[in-house]
Amino acid sequence: MVNSRPKVEDLHLVNLTKNFGDFKAVDNLTLTIPAGSFFALLGPSGCGKTTTLRMVAGLEQPTSGQIKLGNDDITDLPPYRRWVNTVFQSYALFPHLTIYENVAFGLRRQKASNIDDQVKRMLELVELTSLAQRKPQQLSGGQQQRVAVARALINEPDVLLLDEPLGALDLKLRRQMQLELKRIQTEVGITFVHVTHDQEEAMTMADTVAVMNEGRIEQMGSPVQIYEHPRTVFVANFLGQSNLFEGTVAGVEKDEIAVKLADSIIYVPTSSTEIRSGRIVVGVRPEKVKIVDQGKTGLPKNQINGSIKNTAFVGVSTQYEVETNWGLEISAFEQNVDPTDLGRPGQAVTIAWEPRHSFVLDPDEDLTAGLDPTWTE
Amino acid sequence: MSDVQNLSLIKSIKNRKSRTPYLLLIPGIGWLFFFFLFPLSTLLATSLQKPAGASPDDGFLPAFKVSNYSLALVEYYPQFIRAFTYSAIATIVCLLLAYPIAYYMAFRARKYRNLMLVLIVAPFFASFLLRTNAWKTILSGDGFVVTFLNSINLLPQGRILNTSIAVIAGLVYNFLPFMILPLYTSLEKIDSRLIEAAGDLYSPPSQSFWKVVWPLSLPGVVSGTLLTFIPASGDYINAELLGSINNKMIGNVIQSQFIDLRDYPTASALSFTFMAVILVMIYLYIRRAGTENLV
Amino acid sequence: MNTVIKIIREKTLQVFSVLILFYLMLPLLVIILLSFNKPKGRQNTSWNEFSLDAWTNICRDQTICRSFSTSIQIGLLVTIIATILGTMISFALIRHRYKGRGTTSLFVFLPLATPEVILGASLLALFLNIFIPLGFWTILLAQITFTISFVVVVVNARLAGMDPRLEQAAMDLYATPFQTFRLVTLPIALPGILAAALLSFSLSFDDFIVTSFNSGRIVTFPIYIWGAAQRGIPPQVNVIATIMFVGSLLLVLLASLISKSRKAKV
Repeated sequence: MVNSRPKVEDLHLVNLTKNFGDFKAVDNLTLTIPAGSFFALLGPSGCGKTTTLRMVAGLEQPTSGQIKLGNDDITDLPPYRRWVNTVFQSYALFPHLTIYENVAFGLRRQKASNIDDQVKRMLELVELTSLAQRKPQQLSGGQQQRVAVARALINEPDVLLLDEPLGALDLKLRRQMQLELKRIQTEVGITFVHVTHDQEEAMTMADTVAVMNEGRIEQMGSPVQIYEHPRTVFVANFLGQSNLFEGTVAGVEKDEIAVKLADSIIYVPTSSTEIRSGRIVVGVRPEKVKIVDQGKTGLPKNQINGSIKNTAFVGVSTQYEVETNWGLEISAFEQNVDPTDLGRPGQAVTIAWEPRHSFVLDPDEDLTAGLDPTWTE
Repeated sequence: MSDVQNLSLIKSIKNRKSRTPYLLLIPGIGWLFFFFLFPLSTLLATSLQKPAGASPDDGFLPAFKVSNYSLALVEYYPQFIRAFTYSAIATIVCLLLAYPIAYYMAFRARKYRNLMLVLIVAPFFASFLLRTNAWKTILSGDGFVVTFLNSINLLPQGRILNTSIAVIAGLVYNFLPFMILPLYTSLEKIDSRLIEAAGDLYSPPSQSFWKVVWPLSLPGVVSGTLLTFIPASGDYINAELLGSINNKMIGNVIQSQFIDLRDYPTASALSFTFMAVILVMIYLYIRRAGTENLV
Repeated sequence: MNTVIKIIREKTLQVFSVLILFYLMLPLLVIILLSFNKPKGRQNTSWNEFSLDAWTNICRDQTICRSFSTSIQIGLLVTIIATILGTMISFALIRHRYKGRGTTSLFVFLPLATPEVILGASLLALFLNIFIPLGFWTILLAQITFTISFVVVVVNARLAGMDPRLEQAAMDLYATPFQTFRLVTLPIALPGILAAALLSFSLSFDDFIVTSFNSGRIVTFPIYIWGAAQRGIPPQVNVIATIMFVGSLLLVLLASLISKSRKAKV
């Protein structure tokens, strides 16, 4: 074992900032990544996630701030002195070396002993033993990806950084690799920091997800936490989809707040917000609402009437766009149990959901944050 | 040394790293500075010298004899004009010959492209002087080419050698690869789907060429033109081997002034004037194309 | 009708290209052919009779072979020095961001755009004014000067195509900057550097104009040819030229075969 550090430690980013001229790529980021966790840094392109990763690797110099492994400040250490290894997006395999030599590279630089044994074992782990003498150009994308992981992992770093490593793979292979990586991480116990723009990937693999936007962390937590309880408009719109309603507080009853939306009243639990008066934004995810013909009874407490504008049968679900009589558009996803019962455009319906499924957001935020840019912009 | 103790060492290494490009550049650029740029200034100085005595063997003295320039230009402007004229004609002919073959290599000849590139570059591996001299054989009076052209009365002087045609033909031959290669590089970068898109938008092939391919190939055209015209205008070998006394170019004059007559001031004045014209052309080119992609 | 026009157009293009290639090759064929010629008089410009005399007695005239060896010696020295200097410049230009990159680019480009007469003349002016005697060393200095720029162009092309992430990956895997250079950058850049070296040698060996201005009494192979051009170029010169040509061609073909086999997908 060449990495002679006694145990894996937490990774601390303290007030980390990176400016490229006037452009703030990473804005005063403070974050602790627990030792041995699978951590995902999720965000759209240009949000600063890759820059952050490169600073941790030592490939980019922070403008200010610190990076610490446990108690050791590694901010000024060059990449070849950090116990951090990277799996690059384009793999960056050395084209002039064999697979064997690629994997052995890090160990050779550290003048490790038993290189041959370790390389053979690692190649077995990623199931590439038979290709050891080939060159990278002779391998498929999926195989190259496994070499990149092997080459980094063999050095037993404290932290393994993955820069969108699955982007170039097709869907099936990607799913396979996601499971592989998760399995390896659990077995080996190293901290994995995975950078991606694919929310499904982040939520599938990670223990903790941090959503980044414009150089800052919007929200961080377990996949369930941030999905069920988004705290900013960006997170609500970037992760899955959300219906957002702007209204005013009409009153507070016991443990529920009544919110006036045009001519309807909807309710949110008092535990979900500090707001007790004035403007308020209430959100609910489309999969949590029921869509039924108008006039039905026995529905959840929050109800809004409207008519179907569009339907789309997606396979696992039917996705409805409903327009209220004051022009608000609501999305509803109905799980595909009996597809014979599809609604038709123009049909009068009621959207209903339980108050506890709502979340509340800051009314001063831009309600379009986190949405995909459209042609009308 | 623990990682933390390494800090001051690392910081000093970091500072040294940002000096690396300059360290790398000093030997090479220094060399060019001393052996390319500085000599041009000595050329200027020499062009202003005055004779020390009556014969060239007496040498020359540092002076400020600007009249060297006017005297030289008045005497030798025909050769200047001839050099630029021959070179311009040769450049145009090169462009006309090079474009089709560059186009063919870029858009059609997928399999043979590399072989063709080798064949185009291959002549450079044989002596330039011998190649030019070989045209003496090919274009000689009793050779196949001349007898054929004479039989259909295409040669007013009955011969090709020792005429301006031979000199220009020599220039074309020698500099054709310099035109083909940049053109090919430029054309090869063009996505052939652009031509398909043009066709999809009702453009007949001739228009697709002029409206799509030609404009996109202009960087190659310009760079090929520069790389052909400039060296060709300074050439004297073609004129010497294939031309007569009436075909002398400015290169011949400079060469004879320097080597045979040893009239260094006049030779330098001519060289410097020539260089000035070239620099103006390069300046105009850079104004359009910028300096980033020169080399 | 359209397809007929298309076919005619395509065929014309093809035929034209082949003709151009033939045009480029023609003088080479003449050179090679005349090496097997026994000239009638001194001038070896028209075919007389077949003879292997020139091939079997290459060095009958000692000056030919002496000039050849002089050119080889100069060529090797120029290659080594120009390749090193030029490669260093190329690395600075491509691998580093620094102020004045555009100026450096321009400065390296200028010798390529300068006519050889000017290059030769200015160096002659320099040597005259600082009283350096013309000879072997001035030839060397002059040739290195214009060769450097060619090296930069060739190595640039190779380096520019190299993924910068490879060097980052090496450092990520504990290679110091020097180790990164030695184990990753240099091996990958090597084909470009070798190509530049071959080009340097060709340029040096075949150079006439710049050399003739600065050679003093030294006779290189091209200078010999020029001197002999009026009197008559002996076929032995053609023999040497043919050998150099075929040799270079074989080297290039060998290099491309090696790189093709390396890239082969199994």
